[in-house]
Amino acid sequence: MTPKSLLSLVAAFLLVLLALDSYFIVEETEKAVLKRFQEVVRPDIEPGLYFKVPLIDKVVKTDGRILSYDMDTESFITAEKKLLDVDAFVIWRIEDVQRYITTVGSTAGASKQQIMFYAHELLTPRVNEGLRNEFAERDVREVVSGEREDVMDSVATRVNEKTKKDLGIQVLDIRVKQVDWPDQVRSNVFDRMRQERKQDAAEHRAKGRETGEEIRAQADKERTVLLAEARRDAQDIRGEGDAQATKIYADTFSKDAEFFSFYRSLQAYRNSFDQGSDIMVLEPKSEFFQYLNSSDGQ
Amino acid sequence: MGWNEPGGKGNGPRDPWGGGGGNNQGPPDLDEVIRNLKDKFKANFGGGGGGNRGSGSGGGAPSMNPALLIGIIVVVLLVTFGVWGVFQVDESERAVVVRFGKFDRMVNPGLNWHTPLIENYYKANVTQTSNYQVQQDMLTRDTNIVYVDLGVQYRVVDPKAHLLRISRPTEVLEHSTESALRHVVGNASMNDVLRDERVQIGVSVEERLQEYLDRYNTGLRVVNVALNETAAPEPVRDAFNDVARAREDQVRFKEEARAYANSIIPEAQGKATRIREEARAYREEIVSRAQGDTRRFQQLLTEYRQAPQITRDRLYLETMEDVLGKTGKVMVDVEGGQNMMYLPLDKIMQKHRRSSAAGADSGSASGSSSSSSSSSQSGGSAAGADGGGSLYNRSGNTEIR
Repeated sequence: MTPKSLLSLVAAFLLVLLALDSYFIVEETEKAVLKRFQEVVRPDIEPGLYFKVPLIDKVVKTDGRILSYDMDTESFITAEKKLLDVDAFVIWRIEDVQRYITTVGSTAGASKQQIMFYAHELLTPRVNEGLRNEFAERDVREVVSGEREDVMDSVATRVNEKTKKDLGIQVLDIRVKQVDWPDQVRSNVFDRMRQERKQDAAEHRAKGRETGEEIRAQADKERTVLLAEARRDAQDIRGEGDAQATKIYADTFSKDAEFFSFYRSLQAYRNSFDQGSDIMVLEPKSEFFQYLNSSDGQ
Repeated sequence: MGWNEPGGKGNGPRDPWGGGGGNNQGPPDLDEVIRNLKDKFKANFGGGGGGNRGSGSGGGAPSMNPALLIGIIVVVLLVTFGVWGVFQVDESERAVVVRFGKFDRMVNPGLNWHTPLIENYYKANVTQTSNYQVQQDMLTRDTNIVYVDLGVQYRVVDPKAHLLRISRPTEVLEHSTESALRHVVGNASMNDVLRDERVQIGVSVEERLQEYLDRYNTGLRVVNVALNETAAPEPVRDAFNDVARAREDQVRFKEEARAYANSIIPEAQGKATRIREEARAYREEIVSRAQGDTRRFQQLLTEYRQAPQITRDRLYLETMEDVLGKTGKVMVDVEGGQNMMYLPLDKIMQKHRRSSAAGADSGSASGSSSSSSSSSQSGGSAAGADGGGSLYNRSGNTEIR
């Protein structure tokens, strides 16, 4: 009885093991293939619960999500033989699990992380080669501004063609992050920038002075013109006054010219001897003194 | 709490945690509880023999107790299972439930349940806004280097994609932010980045970044891109500051010139007005004077024509009286003997000047009338009467020696 029960116990144990090996779950984040005697019988298994033949069928799972990794900074030479430090990151995913497993993850017993690290190592030189080729065809300006997107797209396409076939990897995107001058060039760039700023500053100041001078000159001119016009008008007005006065005098005085000259002469005498400090040396022969010597005026 | 139920059912209302039994002092320890349970097991399976003598042997027990027990165990398991499957989703979170690894449903905040063992759930915070800051020097289109400080605020909007479709989404966001920022800055000139198009750069980065995030299925949404600072890199900042100062100088020079213009032009306008007004005053003055003079003359002339000779003599004498009354005089009445005469003119002048200076104070009281007669423009007053009056007044004041 005892050996039989032991046997049945072992059998039950094996049965449980087989049962445990007769299904598998593919997570939403995973991709899997089913292999029978190392031959892929079911590629591209959707997430879910599946049954398999125990012991014979093997499931190989990989990450089914979009993956990314950051590449180390590399120096590339542009068309005009200038060095640029370029930092890029790669967005990729595993497209063909079977190929990926056989080419990248063939090492037995390697963990998922190790396999992925190995994949990065395989991708990096290809991406770098693609970037190097693209940079070599363009100058700095094109790489930095206009054709950044083109560079990335064309590298991604070119790399993709090969990696899809060779590694089962689809490169979704290669994003250039940093495109910078190497350190030794930076200082030159800074010198240049400083020089440019200096010119800029000088130009601003000069322009300011120019504008200022213009405004001042304009103002001075305006002042001169204002005053000149005022003087012109003033002379005009004065002349008008003189003319009117002259006309008034002439009109009236011409009525009796002889009396006017007598009257005006008296006025003039009175005005010219107004000072009080004058001294006259007189001879009493004038009309004024006619009565001074004799009462009959002779 | 599950395992105390059978105890309760099997042994009346007795709480295994103690307190219920009258003769039981203090709470029973766990060993005691287990022992009690064991005893009950033995009692329930009947016979009390070793239970390991074949699984089927206990089935034929006379009492209904085994079935009850199995039922109880099933209930316990079900309850445990049920409790195990309960999970909470916070108001700020959404959860994704996968069944056998396959996406099954989204779960909203509140108390939720999933089937343990065959289902699994992942939670993601969809309200919390995270921030990523980029502070770097980068190249512009004109191959200058600028320093940019940019902050990206983002949150999860698609928990399914965020949790299941991409590995390390935050890292992807960080790389994408940097890439988008450098792309946009690389497409702008340095002046655009530093001044003119700062707002535009923020908007462009946001658009571009969102496009990347959608393309990579990150399930993230950019809430805000804040361009905190764009500046010249540290080594050249002084030069840039000087440009800023120069720009201010430029404005200042202009303003100074404006101030100058604003001060001199109104002044000139005032001066111009003054010149014109003075001229007008002159015109009015000279015309009025002419009118006054002529009116005076006209009136005098009318009277003169009545008695020409008398008036003539009177005017002459009055004038001469006035003139001679004010001036010092030396009368010389010697014919032919002038060469012999000694006239100390300078002495006379001095003396006369002194006396006239002394007389000036007393004379100033009537000086106004004298000035009015001497200045012919004070038109209205009749010349004859005026002249006569002043003549008599002055003769009283002026001493002639």
